[in-house]
Amino acid sequence: MEFLILLGVPLAGSVLLTGFGARRWAPDANVAFSVVTFLAACALTVRVIGAGDISVAHEQFFIDPFNVFLVTLTAFVGLTTALFSRPYMRIEIAHRGLAPGRLRLYHGMYQLFIATMLIALTTNNLGLMWVAMEAATLSTVLLVTLYRTPASLEAGWKYFILCGVGIAQALFGTVLLYFAAEKLLGAEGVSALLWTHLVAVKTQLEPRVLSLAFVFLLVGYGTKAGLAPLHNWLPDAHAEGPTPISAVLSGLLLNVAIYAVVRCKVLVEGSLHSALPSNMLMGFGLLSVLLASLFLWRQRDIKRLFAYSSIEHMGIISFAFGMGGAVATFAALLHMTVHSLTKSAIFFTVGHASQKVGSQLMDDIRGLVSISPAIGWGLMIGSLAILGMPPFGVFASEFLILTTAMRQQPWATPILLLALGIAFAAILRRVQPMVFGETTARRLPHPPALLPVFVHLGIVLMLGLWIPPYLAGWYRAAANLIGGP
Amino acid sequence: MIARPLDVQLLNACAALLLLVSFAMLAQRRVVALVNLLAIQGGLLCMATLLLAWRSGQHHLYVSAALTFGLKVCFLPWLLYRLIRRLEVYWDTEPMLNVAGTMLTGLITVIFAFGLAQPIAALGTTAARNGLGVAVAVIFLAFITMITRRKAMSQVVGFLSMENGLFFGAMSATYGMPMIVELGVALDVLVAMLVLGVFFFQIREQFDSLDLGHLESLKENP
Repeated sequence: MEFLILLGVPLAGSVLLTGFGARRWAPDANVAFSVVTFLAACALTVRVIGAGDISVAHEQFFIDPFNVFLVTLTAFVGLTTALFSRPYMRIEIAHRGLAPGRLRLYHGMYQLFIATMLIALTTNNLGLMWVAMEAATLSTVLLVTLYRTPASLEAGWKYFILCGVGIAQALFGTVLLYFAAEKLLGAEGVSALLWTHLVAVKTQLEPRVLSLAFVFLLVGYGTKAGLAPLHNWLPDAHAEGPTPISAVLSGLLLNVAIYAVVRCKVLVEGSLHSALPSNMLMGFGLLSVLLASLFLWRQRDIKRLFAYSSIEHMGIISFAFGMGGAVATFAALLHMTVHSLTKSAIFFTVGHASQKVGSQLMDDIRGLVSISPAIGWGLMIGSLAILGMPPFGVFASEFLILTTAMRQQPWATPILLLALGIAFAAILRRVQPMVFGETTARRLPHPPALLPVFVHLGIVLMLGLWIPPYLAGWYRAAANLIGGP
Repeated sequence: MIARPLDVQLLNACAALLLLVSFAMLAQRRVVALVNLLAIQGGLLCMATLLLAWRSGQHHLYVSAALTFGLKVCFLPWLLYRLIRRLEVYWDTEPMLNVAGTMLTGLITVIFAFGLAQPIAALGTTAARNGLGVAVAVIFLAFITMITRRKAMSQVVGFLSMENGLFFGAMSATYGMPMIVELGVALDVLVAMLVLGVFFFQIREQFDSLDLGHLESLKENP
């Protein structure tokens, strides 16, 4: 039942809002649908706490410790972004004169995007996961180009083609996986693509086929996760689309892509008995961290700056998953959670800041604290959190990852530390004048609605100090599932 | 030489022709001709699926053959022709294209693809397992087609040709994917093309052309 609401409500919402998305009440309806989705996710979580893993619809959909917190996180950030988008888009509409058709598109596709991500997270069928991932790209392409500026069209085109080609590689990987599984599980029925069935026979899967499959799957889903060297679409799509979309792309979609990679990695590692998947994840991860931190120096656009920071964090997460083991995997899962919350909070403040100033160029944004203390402090605290300052959650996860790296992969530690240092300097050097610089702008008469920002940052702060026991339990169980004890 | 049954021979012929069409795409300059080639490729794919369905007795392959026919032989080429007419890019040709060089790269890629697929095809049990090499080659050739083109329309044709290769790969390795997945993939391709149709008009409105040379301002320069 909860499942039906969880997946059905955003789908129904997307149909309804595609029809009526331009009405006065559409933004409120958008929030309402997100609230119901979030409540369904909460109910599902409560049921999982009580009864353990669930699987429904002939095992096509399932919940286990690895996806339960991601589902709740997705529904939660989906809700707060809808709350943020309500006043934000109202101003955008007034400023840019968006036609009613665009609003229908925006609201309808927003709900569809949330629905596709939830399907990708909860499905047990790797084929269906692919379909949902591709649908998630398709539903956001036209959102990136919502403003129809030349730059946004270029970003949308890049996003479409790069992710399309990438995801096509993932489909080939899925075909190869099915090819290997079909011999063991039989082609009759569809059990040969069900993850729970595959994981039961993972040691018997043909290693040669699986290693090739993993290369294709990693390249495919890795493109969507923004791993270097296939990250080119990410900064453009984040910078040129409306800010609520940047927040969900960065906070949620990247997580879902990493989730897909890790699900596949579990199968391949079981079959291969070699370190190939781990090494590949670590290699791509380190490359992304390093490249992103170097590119951070050259950014002038505030949304591009934080888009590159997302690439950096995806790199850290895949490096941690690559190291494997209980602690690193635990840290990677925690990092997925806190990055998603912090980064979407940052995009909310950035959206408000650039809307007030009327520019996304960092040189134009000055003295946010005197314009509006809420925006200024939101951006400052968010940036400190994302840079891994204690006592925020990002510090806890990065600390765990670094200490594990020192023990397991000592060669990688200096590279990681160097990249983190560069990123720290690059972001702080930009954020500091934006927040505290001199400005001639007047103080805003009334503060903007930034409740979601501080709720997000509050949770991140809490996760840095205390992780609720059942959440830690899921992290541990998932780490067992993924990385072995 | 061992005589093979006629249907297997026909199947291999289809595979060979698929590869040939991919090479033709690599060398083709005119956008309209590329769409023709895509329709032919779809037709060959449909024929191969029918042959395989008949030989293996897998009934769901008839459904996917029908799906291929409807989507890749009829609807997508029709949509692309329509777009070409509406966008008035009928006479568009690709500028500078070193055909000899591209073909040579294509040849080397095909050898690489067959090398890659060989050990996997050896594990296969289907009648068409030799097609796997062809499928990988088609995917790679489509990839080269995409990266050597400057027109949005030709990149899309390359993208669809890659999808054809994937489909052929799935078929020759495992008699296709489970039905629910195949339907989902078909739906995604359909929606992707509709999204692209909208997208083309947006690009056209903004730049007065579908040349991707205009889309090069977002670069990393300090």
